[in-house]
Amino acid sequence: MGKRSFNKTPMREQAPEVRQHNFKEVALGYNMEEGQLEAARCLQCKDAPCITHCPVMIDIPGFIRQIKLGNMAEASKILSRYTNLPAICGRVCPQEKQCEMVCRLGRSKKFEPVAIGKLERLVADWELDQPTDVTDVPKDKGKVAVIGAGPSGLTVAGDLAKIGYDVTIYEALQAPGGVLTYGIPEFRLPKRIVRKEIEQITEQGVKIETDAVVGKTITMDEIMHDFDACYIGVGAGTPNFLGIPGTNLNGVYSSSEYLTRINLMHGYEFPKYDTPVQQSKHVVVIGGGNVAMDSARSARRLGADTVTVIYRRSSEELPARVEEYQHSVQEGIQYSWLTNPVEYLSDEDGNLKGVKCIKMKLGEPDDSGRRRPEPIPGSEFTIKADTAIEAIGQGPNKVLLDTFPELNKNKWGYIDADEQTCATSVPGVFAGGDIVTGAATVILAMGAGKIAAKEIDQYVKSHHSMATV
Amino acid sequence: MYKITERTVLSEREIEFWIIAPRVAAKAQPGQFVILQVDQFGERIPLTVCETDEASGQIRVIFQVIGKSTAELKHLNAGDELQDVVGPLGKPTEIKNYGTVLVVGGGVGIAVLYPVIRGLKQAGNHVITILGAKTKDLVILREECAMYSDELILVTDDGSLGQKGLVTDAMKAVFAREEINQAWAIGPGIMMRYCTDVATKAEVPIYVSLNPIMIDGTGMCGCCRVLVNDQIKFACVDGPEFLGDQVDWDGFIQRMHQYHPEEEEAYQAYQEKQVQLNG
Ligand SMILES: Cc1cc2nc3c(=O)[nH]c(=O)nc-3n(C[C@H](O)[C@H](O)[C@H](O)COP(=O)(O)OP(=O)(O)OC[C@H]3O[C@@H](n4cnc5c(N)ncnc54)[C@H](O)[C@@H]3O)c2cc1C
Ligand code: SF4
Ligand code: FES
Repeated sequence: MGKRSFNKTPMREQAPEVRQHNFKEVALGYNMEEGQLEAARCLQCKDAPCITHCPVMIDIPGFIRQIKLGNMAEASKILSRYTNLPAICGRVCPQEKQCEMVCRLGRSKKFEPVAIGKLERLVADWELDQPTDVTDVPKDKGKVAVIGAGPSGLTVAGDLAKIGYDVTIYEALQAPGGVLTYGIPEFRLPKRIVRKEIEQITEQGVKIETDAVVGKTITMDEIMHDFDACYIGVGAGTPNFLGIPGTNLNGVYSSSEYLTRINLMHGYEFPKYDTPVQQSKHVVVIGGGNVAMDSARSARRLGADTVTVIYRRSSEELPARVEEYQHSVQEGIQYSWLTNPVEYLSDEDGNLKGVKCIKMKLGEPDDSGRRRPEPIPGSEFTIKADTAIEAIGQGPNKVLLDTFPELNKNKWGYIDADEQTCATSVPGVFAGGDIVTGAATVILAMGAGKIAAKEIDQYVKSHHSMATV
Repeated sequence: MYKITERTVLSEREIEFWIIAPRVAAKAQPGQFVILQVDQFGERIPLTVCETDEASGQIRVIFQVIGKSTAELKHLNAGDELQDVVGPLGKPTEIKNYGTVLVVGGGVGIAVLYPVIRGLKQAGNHVITILGAKTKDLVILREECAMYSDELILVTDDGSLGQKGLVTDAMKAVFAREEINQAWAIGPGIMMRYCTDVATKAEVPIYVSLNPIMIDGTGMCGCCRVLVNDQIKFACVDGPEFLGDQVDWDGFIQRMHQYHPEEEEAYQAYQEKQVQLNG
């Protein structure tokens, strides 16, 4: 075997000049040869640290070894033991803060870590092209309702169906997928991939009912009455607003609205699809997470001349995935660090014409250990803008919670559920994902789903045996 | 899929559908709405549930043709199917016995008002109703509103039906002669704003039903936000009814015009296509 290269095997990408004008996927994936080259960089560690830093503890050296051997079916089988959505996780997990952060190869100064995420994607994409063999398990163990068809709900549903539960997912929107469908854009996560991963779950016999808002269309009483147990995975879908003067001007959006118009409603294909998105020239995005990156890069693709991300801390604190940040810079997105908006400025007709900002400096560390940004008096300046997108975080989705006061909540309004079991204050009702943790990650939402499936199985079994005594 | 069972033309621009949507029919209360989507290309269109028939699992909706999406909707017939109907959404009207109530409906807002009138009457209120529109043909649901009103006052801009003038004139006259415990105004933004002014002057609390642009209708996008009592509220989950004197009317009316250029474009492209297709 040849010498290990210091760097990750590069993944082919659409060139920045090209991709900033289309919504097609940016990263094109490894071919088999590239994958095997990368797999050969793995040291096959005993007590591999990457495993313990994966929220669902995937046997990472195990599946990488199978890629190296050219045994994709085996690699895929290993992955499927731990994750139901590998093609998605391979694309959107913050690997640099999880498995790749602790990769032993990457520990030595000269080497970059193994490209674990890209290898996961290779295997998962290979699997999506294979015919699925579904073993028809009789659905006789009990009935379970899952509320919300995001990554968390989909995972619970898939796992329970595989072991013989009759599962129905209720989803408020017209399409399943949660944030994967309405939030994360096509160029980062093609909807074709999301649909295929969801198909693999429905092929297990899971029923998905769309247009079903639990709390409105169906009540929690009905769910509790008709099912043996239920799982709440309704996400953290309520957008926060800074609430600075001018928030209601035309041209000011929450990232949720902006991205929903583009992704769920296909606004980028207007007028073939009917839902419009504003045609902007100068866009300001407020925030520093993945959501901010997605909004900025979408605005660019819709033809904006300038897109500026303003973030109140410095580049070091940026919470977004590094890859997304790098991609955005290549696409011409500008950054104004240590900057906070203070007011949206209006033209005569109530349209946004600029964002008045103030410069910040980093003071003493706050509770989160990060240095607290403080405004510098007298440093105000204005950025010209016809569109401003606030990507400053979300709160719990309250439509269901408001109708179900029996459920205990924590001080932020999220569901109070046991981390180890996903159990809530109401017996038979389990919860996980963003509605428990607050806006987090796909893999954590999926991890909670895996735990909940096991616990729900235990719960229903003990309940049934009680019933038969 | 949700089947349209009946289609009636109420006026030149207002159409009525009965749609099979049993889950909505079983739950909808006055003041609530549905969102429907014709097919995957369509917009999500919020429409008030005007009436339900739980036994046959049907709901009745009325819409005005104002843009591309509603123009498309107009071309559907009994037997056609809609891809999505979701609801009931929003908070129901607070129906109880207030005593004497004054309810004012303008244009297609009458369709939103009708279930409220019915609910209030059934709860034992003395109901005084004012219906207004530009001209006679646009005063829809006259007989039905009359059935549940103790007094019905009709107003048109051109005097072709009832009194000539504005609904606010009729309101003032009622306030002058009658003690009103609670009022409602449902119609175009401008109308609701002026009705609020009149009611507030007469010191009568008034509810209005806001219909901002919406997408999901479940509190997830913030597109429908309005300032109420200086706080950001989402009309789809916190409303659609709010106390009129607490609404930031300037902001609300301005936001209604948001997508004008883009919607114009879609509507025009659609009309051109229709011309090509139908000659
Ligand atoms: C733009 C954006 C980019 C992101 N990028 C990344 C990334 O790169 N990597 C990463 O790991 N994470 C990312 N995240 C975070 C990640 O998407 C979420 O943590 C994850 O989707 C949470 O999953 P969930 O299943 O808990 O909830 P969601 O995905 O929010 O799904 C909840 C579902 O429940 C439905 N629902 C809500 N209320 C009801 C009700 N009453 N009845 C029925 N259905 C209901 C909703 O419509 C929704 O479909 C991103 C988030 C956003 C918004
Ligand atoms: S830590 Fe890195 S080198 Fe070690 S097994 Fe995991 S991926 Fe391979
Ligand atoms: S329509 Fe999206 S929050 Fe109200």
